[in-house]
Amino acid sequence: MNTDLLIFFISGGVAIVATILVITQYNMIHALLYLIVSFLALAVVFYVLGAPFAAALEVIVYAGAIVVLIIFVIMMLNLKKDAEEQERSWLTPGVWVGPGILCAILMIEILFVMLTGGFEGNATQAVGAPEVGRSLYGPYLIAVELSGLLLMAGTVGAYHLGRQRRKVIHRFLEMTDE
Amino acid sequence: MSTIEYLWLVPFLPLLGALLLIVVGRSMSKAAIAWIGAGSVVLSALVVIVIGIGFLSSPGVYEISVWQWFVVGNLNPSIELHLDALSLIFIFVITFVGFLIHVYSVEFMREDSGYARFFACLNLFVCSMLLLVLAGNLVLLYLGWEGVGLCSYLLIGFWYEDPKNGYAARKAFIITRVGDTAMLIGLFLLFSTFSTLDIETILSAAPTEWEQGSSIATLAALLLLGGAVGKSAQLPLQNWLPDAMAGPTPVSALIHAATMVTAGVYLIARMYVVFELSPVAMTTVGVVGAVTLLIAGFSAITQTDLKRVLAYSTISQIGYMFLALGVGAWSAAIFHFFTHAFFKALLFLCAGVIIEALHHEHDIFRMGGLRKQLPFVFVAFFAGAASLAALPLVTSGFYSKDMILWYAWAGEKGNGLLYAAGLVGALVTALYTARLVIVTFFGSARTPVSKKPGWHMTLPLGVLAVLSITTGFLEVPHNFWHGQLISGFLSDVLPATTIQPGSEAYEWLLQLVAVMATLVGVFIGYYIYMATPGLHEIVKMKMAPLHGLMQAGWGFDALYDLLFVRPVTWMARANRGDIIDGIYTGIAWVTMAANRAFAMTQNGVMRWYVLGIVVGALLIITLGIFV
Amino acid sequence: MNAIPIEYGLILAGILFMLGMVSVLIRRNIIFMLISVEIMLNAAGLAFIVAGSKWTQADGQIMFIFILTMAAAEVSVGLALILQIYHQLKTLDTDAANRMRG
Repeated sequence: MNTDLLIFFISGGVAIVATILVITQYNMIHALLYLIVSFLALAVVFYVLGAPFAAALEVIVYAGAIVVLIIFVIMMLNLKKDAEEQERSWLTPGVWVGPGILCAILMIEILFVMLTGGFEGNATQAVGAPEVGRSLYGPYLIAVELSGLLLMAGTVGAYHLGRQRRKVIHRFLEMTDE
Repeated sequence: MSTIEYLWLVPFLPLLGALLLIVVGRSMSKAAIAWIGAGSVVLSALVVIVIGIGFLSSPGVYEISVWQWFVVGNLNPSIELHLDALSLIFIFVITFVGFLIHVYSVEFMREDSGYARFFACLNLFVCSMLLLVLAGNLVLLYLGWEGVGLCSYLLIGFWYEDPKNGYAARKAFIITRVGDTAMLIGLFLLFSTFSTLDIETILSAAPTEWEQGSSIATLAALLLLGGAVGKSAQLPLQNWLPDAMAGPTPVSALIHAATMVTAGVYLIARMYVVFELSPVAMTTVGVVGAVTLLIAGFSAITQTDLKRVLAYSTISQIGYMFLALGVGAWSAAIFHFFTHAFFKALLFLCAGVIIEALHHEHDIFRMGGLRKQLPFVFVAFFAGAASLAALPLVTSGFYSKDMILWYAWAGEKGNGLLYAAGLVGALVTALYTARLVIVTFFGSARTPVSKKPGWHMTLPLGVLAVLSITTGFLEVPHNFWHGQLISGFLSDVLPATTIQPGSEAYEWLLQLVAVMATLVGVFIGYYIYMATPGLHEIVKMKMAPLHGLMQAGWGFDALYDLLFVRPVTWMARANRGDIIDGIYTGIAWVTMAANRAFAMTQNGVMRWYVLGIVVGALLIITLGIFV
Repeated sequence: MNAIPIEYGLILAGILFMLGMVSVLIRRNIIFMLISVEIMLNAAGLAFIVAGSKWTQADGQIMFIFILTMAAAEVSVGLALILQIYHQLKTLDTDAANRMRG
């Protein structure tokens, strides 16, 4: 038992526990905080798996940017206490049964494939940021440009969708224009 | 020849009158309408007289082509008028009786709001009827045939506010349509054989094209007979005529007594060659006539409505004409048509006066005693009735009916049964005529007279009364003296009837028998209705079932209702939801149901969509792993 | 650097993915569904990283970067949509947004 494996188990365990807490929380902010914990734990997992660049991005982008974005939106929505109550009322034990069974089946299948599909071997060597960068701006250049386009589209889409249009209430079109 | 060139004026003048009245009749004064309506027919009658004089000076067959109508393949009918002795007699009767009835209508319809409509229809009728009898080809004849049917429909339903009148009009139209369809098929048959519908060509080609007694000739003749029985209200299509009395009385007089209903007689006489080729068809014509004249005559005895008595009497008299046609006595049929047109029109016009005078009272048993109150009408009516009953020697009906009876017995195609039917018919005719006259004009007055007819009405009565008596002398029996004007006149067109050898000796005897039948009939009528008061009620009680049957026209209406109307209405009701349509509705329903079922998956609840994606992914992965 | 058997990494990815999926299925709150999707995307990224490290290639990390990019775009658009839905329906219940039912 080497240290890397130990760290892997600990951080993996933290990630799983944090994720379970995310999906069982009634309070949205609490759930998001657990989500950050889960992401940070995963960043450690990435690191021990020999992907330091990905680990850094996980922390910066996921934990730093995306979750913060969601928190901002939740703040904008200005949710009250009753949102939590409502969440509690929706999340009855009964709703777990069906999804649980489905996911259990899927899990079993994935485990079956993994354990019989010849996935073995160890992660031996780290792949550093320079290699990733060379690869990114070499063979994957087109894909990088497409990603840029996707982000552009996301920006435009978010702006367009998020814009609060001024309500123009015409006395005849009241029903259609909202 | 020169005057005959103007033959086209004869149908054209009434057509012009009709068009004028249709277009601008609403805005005209009643006087102007009367002048146009009656005037066009009067002018037409004058033209006919001029043409008739020209024709008599040089008899023959004239063809006047007005213009080419249309050309479709072999079929190229033209508007072609054909004048010979037969059509001359018809156009004379149509225009002359038509003119008298138009004059009568001027006063009769004065109070009516549909004055212009009435005269427009009546003029259009005269035009159609003239086209029918003048047509040189069967297409034009069919145009006229349908034209008179249309006018008949319009005029029966003239007082359309009452649904009963509309019903009677539809009944007349639909029943005659049955016959018209048969006739149309007959025309197709003729066209497929001769490649033309020109009457002269068909008549000259038929004997060479078809063998005597061949089945196709029989079929053609029977199909034409179908059209004739429809239009002329003969068995089995006779039951529309009594209901047709719903129209105004001048209409009944002109269309449903004098002219249109005799179109069938005209058709058979015109196409006589085709009928002579088929003994079966001839016999059928005779039997139809004989049976019709009997059942209609018996029905007439029991009717209480003045106009219905006359309607049944008309059916019966046309039955005589068919009987004559059936035994090949062509000129006798035309002669009877000629006399019948006058006396029946007269009777109807008198009936109109009576009904008007008694506040639209139709029931003869509520009349009575009119002899003193309407003496002129009584005289006129009596003249017509005498002619109808065929009182011997002085009336026209006697001569024409006697001629038919004589040929029914002695003609080559005649036989004893047809003669017997005619004889019984004569007795019955005399009986119901006597009843009509006695009940209406004698006894005590039951309804007061409120209105006396003016000269517009009495003049036609007078003229027709004179004609009813005198026209008989145009053709008197061989054994009286040689005065056979009608059959001589028609000899160019219609063949003379051959007599069974050795029967001339019986002619006196037969005439005597016919006279006896008439007198017995009149006496029975007198005995029941006049000599012993109350006897007719007793007779009616004793024979109640038979009386009811006869009053209902032998139940033909009920029979047809049961045979045709009920099944059709039943089918219509059964098919109310449209069974065939149900198939398509079913397809649509299945599609809609499928649509609803699939729409349920698109319920807008996002969790269901996620679930769908998960289940689908699970399915695909499972398949990928284990299969 | 040392030996982490990659099955462990893949099993971890699988567990995280399942948790995310369960959460998507059970939640009615649309923000929670978005968070759950992020968890699932993250798990997929983990699987790529694990595979990349097995072959000692940069491609796994590059795929992770693309997933990251995609997640960022998705979150921005998704949040804009959430704002609109909340603005219009005054709730975050996805069942209320079923006006597009067939």
